[in-house]
Amino acid sequence: MVSIFSLPRIRRSLPFPPRPDPEMPAPQCASCNKARAALRRPRSGQALCGTCFCAAFEAEVLHTVVAGRLLPPGAVVAVGASGGKDSTVLAHVLRELAPRLGISLRLVAVDEGIGGYRDAALAAVRRQAARWELPLTVVAYADLFGGWTMDAVARSTAGSGRSRSCCTFCGVLRRRALEEGARLVGATHVVTGHNADDMAETVLMNFLRGDAGRLARGGGLGSPGEGGALPRCRPLQLASQKEVVLYAHFRRLDYFSEECVYAPEAFRGHARDLLKRLEAARPSAVLDLVHSAERLALAPAARPPPPGACARCGALASRALCQACALLDGLNRGRPRLAIGKGRRGLDEDGPPREAEPEPSGPPASEPVPAF
Amino acid sequence: MCEVGEDYRESAPGGPPLTRPGREQKCVKCKEGPPVVVIRAGDAFCRDCFKVFYVHKFRAMLGKNRLIFPGEKVLLAWSGGPSSSSMVWQVLEGLSRDSAKRLRFVPGVIYVDEGAACGRSPEDRARTLVEVEQVLQRVGFPSHVIALEEVFGLPPSVLRCFAQEPESVGTEGAYKAAVDSFLQQQCVLGAAGEEPWSQPRPQGPQSLAGPPTAVQTEALSRLFDSVKTLTAKEELLQTLRTHLILHVARTHGYSKGFSDERHGDVVVVRPMREHTLKEVAFYNRLFAVPSVFTPAVDTKAPEKASIHRLMEAFLLRLQAQFPSTVSTVYRTSEKLVKAPRDGCAASPPGPRCLLCLCTLDVDSADSATAFGAQTSSHLCQMQAPGPQAEAGTPTTLCCCPGLGGAQGCCSSPPWTPCRLTSWPRPSSAARGPGASRRSKRICWGTAMMRRCPVGAEVRALGPHPTRNRQARTGRQGQAGCLWLSTCINKNVLIRKLYSTHGAGRAGPLAVCGAGQRRAPQGRLAGAAVLRQAGGAAASLPTAQ
Repeated sequence: MVSIFSLPRIRRSLPFPPRPDPEMPAPQCASCNKARAALRRPRSGQALCGTCFCAAFEAEVLHTVVAGRLLPPGAVVAVGASGGKDSTVLAHVLRELAPRLGISLRLVAVDEGIGGYRDAALAAVRRQAARWELPLTVVAYADLFGGWTMDAVARSTAGSGRSRSCCTFCGVLRRRALEEGARLVGATHVVTGHNADDMAETVLMNFLRGDAGRLARGGGLGSPGEGGALPRCRPLQLASQKEVVLYAHFRRLDYFSEECVYAPEAFRGHARDLLKRLEAARPSAVLDLVHSAERLALAPAARPPPPGACARCGALASRALCQACALLDGLNRGRPRLAIGKGRRGLDEDGPPREAEPEPSGPPASEPVPAF
Repeated sequence: MCEVGEDYRESAPGGPPLTRPGREQKCVKCKEGPPVVVIRAGDAFCRDCFKVFYVHKFRAMLGKNRLIFPGEKVLLAWSGGPSSSSMVWQVLEGLSRDSAKRLRFVPGVIYVDEGAACGRSPEDRARTLVEVEQVLQRVGFPSHVIALEEVFGLPPSVLRCFAQEPESVGTEGAYKAAVDSFLQQQCVLGAAGEEPWSQPRPQGPQSLAGPPTAVQTEALSRLFDSVKTLTAKEELLQTLRTHLILHVARTHGYSKGFSDERHGDVVVVRPMREHTLKEVAFYNRLFAVPSVFTPAVDTKAPEKASIHRLMEAFLLRLQAQFPSTVSTVYRTSEKLVKAPRDGCAASPPGPRCLLCLCTLDVDSADSATAFGAQTSSHLCQMQAPGPQAEAGTPTTLCCCPGLGGAQGCCSSPPWTPCRLTSWPRPSSAARGPGASRRSKRICWGTAMMRRCPVGAEVRALGPHPTRNRQARTGRQGQAGCLWLSTCINKNVLIRKLYSTHGAGRAGPLAVCGAGQRRAPQGRLAGAAVLRQAGGAAASLPTAQ
């Protein structure tokens, strides 16, 4: 009688390792030819191993920064750190390249006051700052904007029967907060971690929303900082999102990967959906969009008058109040939708000069009903 | 959605949380008649008000741009579909009515039979032609029925862009002056009895000079079959159709066409572009506008088949939620133009694409996207493993390692080293005249993959594709370089990839490695094939 314990044991490792297929062995890395390739780059299909891919990624970011002369030597760079994959990768890459570029880094994190999301992300940022030994500054909406947190904003915009437009508030106020934080640490430049997919989505979104002004301004690698604002740039602009994720994976970076609580309502979701479909149909669509956005300008007839300064805070504004002040004004007056959309009726008594864009020809009900 | 008749009160289940204004009983405009259709986001119109609204939009489109002069010959491009039928009908009504603002131009209609491109049988096409003739009889304008095969017989002058300044139509004075000069010109022409720009007429003016020959049909279907993606097919069809219409317009003396000022002398106007599909459909239905259904290249194609279909489906979906999407996108695109390159705003227009006559997007500056656009399929592969043996030595640029004596490429170095990183950058001399026709179509996509000496070995690339064709031929195993010619056509990019070497040509990807294996699959999709990454990543820790 043979018991099962006497049977020879078959050693198996879990999970099943990939069987080497003699028909199609995994290719070697195209760059170093030593290691086995670990991935194919999404754009070019080139097979690379982990280290070579990371090196290539860093090289591209370096070229972006250097060729665009984005960060001159001696710059104090404030990195907008949200704890997500893009800003983590950005901070890591810039930290690697900092000695070569001659810049010094500071981390600035913005606390919007979204419960259950932002606090966890901030914990990730703190861990990163500790690991990389970079100085971290946290600015909170509640401090900067008179006690308004995003949750409060969402509550106040929720009741109007249309979907909430908290993403508009969050975007505008966050940029202002980042600016303030950068000034606090004495930075000369601000960098954010937008990648190519983000840029392409922004282009599509601006088309769908009819924001010709932003389309004409938005191309290129960042703004030089008009009207007293700090120059902003996006070194990861030409890296696709997949590559960012892969880089974070190969370098074993620790980031916070959940999406914002309010994200499902955002209009950007539509643009993202379109972009993913386009990418499936034509893989170069993402970079094509970014490239063609660089080439857009407003027709001479549609150019708005040159912007002036905000009456309250002095920042660049095309109307009497800059967008951030206008939004906060609306919130404080209890009419949160005051500054959203075209026209901005009733915002200022003296009636700022209207932009040269023609008003929508239909009645107001025909304005888009968006969540942006 | 909103329906004709009495059902307008039912709101769609799960629709956007808008209050349905269709509950009113009366038309919003005249407040008397029963509403039959809901336009935009909630204006219900009665039948007559709708007609007035529709016609007014059409007239406003024509009148706003002040492009049509009285007495001018205008060619209407009719495809048989609802929009163009509606347009022809509008013109018919506008001419016949003795209203105060009677249209004052001389129309002609052209119908292009595209059956060969869609692969229809000759009997189908004959049947369609019979219906088309019936409708054209009813309309009564001088008509031209052309088959797409005749595009093979077009003279090359079609592609020449007559560099003529479009008349400035900004002010009243300019318009009147333009009209006066036009009328004078007509008198002169009438006296002289000939048109200055006409070509010798290839066939009779009215209907087609016999059905197209089978050879031509076959040539056309071969042409369309050779185009791989549906997107490209649609674009090609559109281009050929435009050329054909342009040619007919020029030969028969039509100076305006209804359907961009790219072609200089014949101006294309699109009066239906502000009308949404829904309005057109309802108008045709309510007022019995005749139309002929012809299947197109993308009929019954699934949504993902081409970019046009994708966009169409997406916009329609979005339009259901946000009713002003289409007009918003349209108005935005009206406000945008191509940005002049920095510092050379007044330079003469650059080379033009051969087919669609748009300016090529030649990127002479070192734009960031030019580098970052590592291309999607064909790529500049490594050469023979020889030079890899001496790893780490940065080989000089534009040298052809593995080949004794670089022939033509080093002789005329088209490089200037970047002063910061000493990377090569194509100099402007590389684009001088005397270049071969093909390599003139360079643009931003010339992606050379470089490795910055940041820890990795520098990989010398293949030679810069030189002008010298002899230098390029006769090299085996040479890494191919890429030429990308991008023609920007109002945010539609058409990319044509030219690869200069057999190694890099369409098909298998040459993976450099010991033995130069080729990946068995064909063109790689840009979406990362992460299966291998997933499987290999698990073993990565051990490899490191």
